[in-house]
Amino acid sequence: MDFLSSAGVFDAMLAVFAAGAFGALLFRHHDTAANLWSNSLAIVGSATGLIFSGVALFNGTVTAFGADSTLPLLSFSIRIDQLSAFFMLVISLVAIFCSVYALDYVRHYYGKYSIGVLGFFYNVFIVSMILVVTAHNALFFLIAWEVMALASYFLVIYERRESTSIRAGSLYFIMTHAGTAFIIIAFLLMYRTTGSFDFGEIRDGIAAASPLVKNAIFISALIGFGVKAGVIPLHIWLPSAHPAAPSHVSALMSGVMIKTGIYMMVRIYLDILPGTYLWWGLALLIIGAISSLLGVLYALSEHDLKRLLAYHSIENIGIILLGLGSALVFSSYSVTTLAALGLAAALFHTMNHATFKALLFLGAGSVIGATHTRNIEKYGGLIKMMPQTALFFLIGSMAISALPPLNGFFSEWLTFQALFQGIVGFDVITKIIFILAIGSLAFTGGLAAACFVKAFGITFLARPRSDQAAQASETNVLPRLAMAGLALLIIGLGLFSGMVLGTLTKVTASMTNLHGVQAADVAQFESVSIQNGFGETSMPALFIGIIAASVAVTVVVAVLTRKRRTETGPTWDCGSDLTPRMEITATGFSRSLITISRGVLRPSSETEIEYHDANRYFPKIGTVTMGLHDIYQTYIYKPLRDLTTLLAAQFTKVQSGNINVYILYIFLTLIGLLFFMDLQS
Amino acid sequence: MNMTAIPYWLLQVLLIPALSPFFIGVTRTIKARFQNRHGASVFQPYRDFWKLFHKDEIISEDASWIFRVAPYLIFAVTLVIGASIPLVSTALSNTLTGDLLVVVYLIALGTFFLALAGIDTGGAFGGFGSSREMMVAALTEGGLVLSLLTLALISRSANLAAISANIDSLSFTSFTPIILAFISFSIALLAETCRYPFDNPATHLELTMIHEAMILEYSGKRLALMEWASANKYLIFIALGANLFFPRGIADSLDFVPVMLALLLLAGKSLLFCAAIAVIESSIAKLRIFRLPDLLFTSFVISVIAIGLVN
Repeated sequence: MDFLSSAGVFDAMLAVFAAGAFGALLFRHHDTAANLWSNSLAIVGSATGLIFSGVALFNGTVTAFGADSTLPLLSFSIRIDQLSAFFMLVISLVAIFCSVYALDYVRHYYGKYSIGVLGFFYNVFIVSMILVVTAHNALFFLIAWEVMALASYFLVIYERRESTSIRAGSLYFIMTHAGTAFIIIAFLLMYRTTGSFDFGEIRDGIAAASPLVKNAIFISALIGFGVKAGVIPLHIWLPSAHPAAPSHVSALMSGVMIKTGIYMMVRIYLDILPGTYLWWGLALLIIGAISSLLGVLYALSEHDLKRLLAYHSIENIGIILLGLGSALVFSSYSVTTLAALGLAAALFHTMNHATFKALLFLGAGSVIGATHTRNIEKYGGLIKMMPQTALFFLIGSMAISALPPLNGFFSEWLTFQALFQGIVGFDVITKIIFILAIGSLAFTGGLAAACFVKAFGITFLARPRSDQAAQASETNVLPRLAMAGLALLIIGLGLFSGMVLGTLTKVTASMTNLHGVQAADVAQFESVSIQNGFGETSMPALFIGIIAASVAVTVVVAVLTRKRRTETGPTWDCGSDLTPRMEITATGFSRSLITISRGVLRPSSETEIEYHDANRYFPKIGTVTMGLHDIYQTYIYKPLRDLTTLLAAQFTKVQSGNINVYILYIFLTLIGLLFFMDLQS
Repeated sequence: MNMTAIPYWLLQVLLIPALSPFFIGVTRTIKARFQNRHGASVFQPYRDFWKLFHKDEIISEDASWIFRVAPYLIFAVTLVIGASIPLVSTALSNTLTGDLLVVVYLIALGTFFLALAGIDTGGAFGGFGSSREMMVAALTEGGLVLSLLTLALISRSANLAAISANIDSLSFTSFTPIILAFISFSIALLAETCRYPFDNPATHLELTMIHEAMILEYSGKRLALMEWASANKYLIFIALGANLFFPRGIADSLDFVPVMLALLLLAGKSLLFCAAIAVIESSIAKLRIFRLPDLLFTSFVISVIAIGLVN
């Protein structure tokens, strides 16, 4: 078995993706061939990656290999430890389903946009994500990171004739590079102390760094990777970029790409710099609480299905950060079992969110493909036209709302349990922050359920609200197959959560300072018990309990009422004509919650009424425009942009356009550098 | 598990659905007395369910399978919750599904399908009922989780049966956080069981109803299941309030006499809860819907204070 997790398999995987990418370019004049080639090879490549990382994870093998480059400091060094293997597994797993879905889905684009280019960037995107989580050299990591950013940028602007895609892409491009700048600062600070870009050498030597440097590394890594993960207030690119991409790419971006930010946070905060300062963990808890609560509130106010899902990614990143933050806090107190518990909760939720968010985006893609609109108000009644898609979307909705017995519930339960442990036995500031984190997680769970009652109910239930919805039809076999696979995965991850957690403890035990630490005990019936039975639950028991009780109730009632007839008739509506306008709208559904949280959301509403007469008694047409004030744009990004523009205007004075002046600049720089070198030696 | 425990487990599973209509009836009768009416018998809800199970059913032609499945699932979920919480003996400690978060999220599972069923028929009432229900449910969750967590932290276990046993053995010194948590829990109880000042369980006036609006399209056996599930939820919350906050008298073994005594005590405590709820419902007015969040946030803040007092 070990040969399956050897360097050769990894290289073979890289080769398959490369063949998929460049082959797609060769076939670019033939849409069908390009589609089949690129997506089939993406499936093969991801499957290879899945096998490789799966074996590495279960066997606990660490594979390291690489090649030095001719450039100093840069080496193409790959090292797959347990943490890398876990993230690689999640990426490969989701990529397989997305690629199966894509085989059918990209036919929408035949003749409109180049399929070869899509296939090229799609393969590059997947392989770059895998390289990001396996790179062991900071410079090599940055190259992979940049390739990932560029490939995803081109996928976001793939529908280039839509002006919104270009705008979304530009915002994403700017934000991701601003983030990369901070990441570079973090790596340079590490280099300054350790003299190496190798992650292993950095880990061994970083203890010598001064507190100032360590804190600076924490903050710049938090900003840099926070942009990619989409934490509030660095999230502004996410709700516009994710929906702009083709749906199978949105699924990958929302499901796994943002997790690469989480991966590096775990790598730096728990592997390279474990247990350093208490405030790091507390900061992550606060950021996580804000992101989860605000993310779900913004999602509630959305009526663009894909933007709604994108905001839920922000919410779930917040939940992951709550787990991670608690791990950091416990790690700084040197309570290793709890640190392992918090990290396991964060990793479990990372994997769960990847599965259900991918499923929801694929489902949204099918709905959009059938109705040709992203406006949720134009859907309705799709459960009758698309019964299977509806079932899969329902499973995804239940999982993301943390309803038992699905996987989302289990990871939120773990996160809650980790947070519960922070209340007793630590200092008062820690206690307060943990209580507020628990409160925000509880409200987030309730609001997410409300949001997905809206998303599922308005989309699939009641009567069609538009002709497009009335004429929708079920998607083809391959997309349904992909969604069915993800739905089964969601059920399986919930049902076998004890076993999954057992594997995750291998990952947490591979972290520095957490060696051999057991986060939870798994007993009979997959019953997971933490902290000597403080919290205990068994997902199979829940699953069987709910199913058995439902069957029992159904049988008893069926026997009891076997002679009764069931008729169908029209819905009663006070004797008025039933039209789709009688149904509640998505805006109406969430309006009360938005009104309640107007303090944070700042809703705006403009009413325009045209009157028949000058006295303004008889209105002719009335229009109400509702939205939210973009507080991030107003208070953070616009001042920042104005400042940048102002500074740039000052710098233009240096640019005279006269070549002699530029030569003078070069000369002065050289002189300056010489003096600097002299001072150094 | 030994064989002698099986009758007790049957009792545990069947207790909630068997008694819940009675306590609904009791609450209604007490309210009727407050209104100078004689009121129906306390057993009227049983007769109502029996009648509904013997009636034909009409289902909206717009409804999907969600509408048809929801009553069964919602009722089944209340059975699972009923089997997971401490009722008569802490020896029936259910470590598999007895975690406080499991119970809270099982309640959310029922609410989720109830709200979907409300939207499913495409009527104007159902959708608004669902919207209001999800608003109240979302805002209740904070207070509910934190009030139960207060007890969990005091008793060092998140298992409800263990909480019941530990709170029972406490001295009066740790009384303050428990009382605060109970106030917070009571507010959540009124919100979750659709009582005043959140909802009016007795009307079909569109301005006031939440729960009734969602089940407006149900008839026959499915209506019976929905109403019965709602009654179960009512008794579940009362039993949680009685056995977690005032567990005195709950049996700690599976001997016949203590269990029967505990059963009587539980019935007595539940009657007190019903009386208190009836008094509240008869003496205050229903709140405007945008006043409700204030009350729910009060519940949240009180339980935050309660946790702050736990060491």
